[in-house]
Amino acid sequence: MASNNSIKKTLIVAFSLCVVCSVVVSSAAVVLKPKQVQNQELDRKSNILQVTQLYKPGDDVEEKYAELITPRVVDLKTGEYSDDLDPDSYDQFDAARDPATSRTLSGEDDIAGIGRQENYSTVYLVGDPDDPEQIVMPIRGQGLWGLMEGFLSVRGDGNTIVGLSYYDQSETPGLGGEVDNPRWKAKWDGKKIYEGDDFQDPQIQLVKGGASGEYEVDALSGASLTSRGVTNMLRFWLSDEGYAPYLARFHDDSQGGA
Amino acid sequence: MATDSVKDVVLSPVFKNNPIALQVLGICSALAVTNSMSVSLVMGLAVIVVTAFSSMFVSLIRNHIPSSIRIIVQMTIIASLVIVVDQVLRAYAYDMSKQLSVFVGLIITNCIVMGRAEAYAMQNGPVMSFLDGVGNGLGYAVILLIVGFVRELLGSGSVFGLTILPTVQSGGWYVPNGLMLLPPSAFFVIGLMIWVLRWFNPEQIEKTEYRIVANSKAKIKETANV
Repeated sequence: MASNNSIKKTLIVAFSLCVVCSVVVSSAAVVLKPKQVQNQELDRKSNILQVTQLYKPGDDVEEKYAELITPRVVDLKTGEYSDDLDPDSYDQFDAARDPATSRTLSGEDDIAGIGRQENYSTVYLVGDPDDPEQIVMPIRGQGLWGLMEGFLSVRGDGNTIVGLSYYDQSETPGLGGEVDNPRWKAKWDGKKIYEGDDFQDPQIQLVKGGASGEYEVDALSGASLTSRGVTNMLRFWLSDEGYAPYLARFHDDSQGGA
Repeated sequence: MATDSVKDVVLSPVFKNNPIALQVLGICSALAVTNSMSVSLVMGLAVIVVTAFSSMFVSLIRNHIPSSIRIIVQMTIIASLVIVVDQVLRAYAYDMSKQLSVFVGLIITNCIVMGRAEAYAMQNGPVMSFLDGVGNGLGYAVILLIVGFVRELLGSGSVFGLTILPTVQSGGWYVPNGLMLLPPSAFFVIGLMIWVLRWFNPEQIEKTEYRIVANSKAKIKETANV
C-alpha cells in the first residue's frame, strides 16, 4: 500500500481519473444536448399555446404551434415589425443583457423592476398574421421573491385580455404561487386593458376584496406583494415603454376596418 | 465484512439504520424537495443512482486510491455522476428537472453519498458496495416519499398531483395548511418520524452523553473559606 502514496502514483491516479471523468461528463452533455434544446423549445411553445387557451391536453404541441402561431419581432419604440431580425433566432433575453440592444431603466420608469429592457421583443400572432385573432406577448417583472416570467395574450383588438400565465416564478407556494391556479387565471378572460382610445395609460389592475368592472381582477389573497408585482409588470409592459405603441395599431386597424 | 448478506445490506438502511432518521444525514435536500410526491420520487431515484454507482466505482479503484487524495477522488467520481444524472433528467424529464432545479446538483454535497463511499465502498467489493449504495439511497427515498406524502396531502390536498382533499382555492372544502408547503414543515414531519421509529426500535435511542447534577463543590468551597 505504501506505493499508493508515492508522488508518482498519486499524480497518475489523479490525472487518469480526471481524464475519464471529463470524457464521461462531456460526452453526456454533448449526446444529450439536442434532446435538451428540443425540450426547451417544446416547453416554450406549449407555454405560448396554453395562454391562448386553444391548446387542449393531448394535442401535439409542435403541430398545433406550426398551425396557429406566427412569431414576429416588434420594435417596442415605434410599434412596427422589424424585418431585420429573424424571430426564430432572436433571443430577447440575450438582447436585454447587451447594452447595444437594450436600454437601462431607472427609478420611476422601472416599475416592473427588470433593470434593463430590450429594444425589440418577439410577439406571437395567432391565426392570420395580418389580422390576428390573438397576440401573445412575453412579459416579466419582480414578484415578491424574484423575477416572474410569463405570457400575456390579448385579442385582435389589442385591448381585450385572453389570458395571463407565468412559466417561471418563485412566489410563496399556496399564496403568491396561486398565480398558477387555473381558477385565478380564468378571471383574466375578457378583461380590458385601456379605456376608450387612450392607449397610453393601461387601466388594468389587481384589486383587493372583490373586483368589479372590466379593468379589475381579484388580487391573490394573502399575497399583496405578488399582486402588486403583477399589476406593476402589466402597467409597465402595456404602457408606452412596452407594447402600447404596438397594440395601438390594432386599435386603429380594427376601427378602420369597421 | 464478507459475512454481510445481500438482504441486510439493502434493507437495513431502509428502517434499521436509516441515513436520514438515524444518522440524520442529507437533511437539507429532504427539506427542500419534499413539497410534492412526484418531485420526491425523482429526487429519491436520482440519489439511489448516484449513491449506488459512486460506491461501485470508488470500490472498483479502492486499491489504487492514494490515501492523501482519497476524498477528492471520491468527490470527483460523485460530481461526475451527478452531472450525468442532471443532464439525463434535463433531456428526458424536463418538467421535473425544472422543479428540482439546483437540488440535483446539490446531491454532490449530500452527506449520504460521500459517507457511503468513505465508510463502506473503500473497504468492500464493488458488488456489495453497489448494493449498499442502493440500500442507502432507498432509505433516503423512502423518507422523502413519506415526508412528501404528508406535505402534499396536507399542503395541497393531493397525492402525486391527484386531488384527494378538494381545496378551498379550487372550490372544495379543505383549507390547506400553508406551512406544509414551506420547507420548515419537513423538520416537523422528519422529527415525528424519528420519534416513531425510535419508539419501535428503542435501541436507536442514544445514551445521554451528560447529565446535569446538583452542584456539590460549592459547599466544600464554602467550608474551605471558613
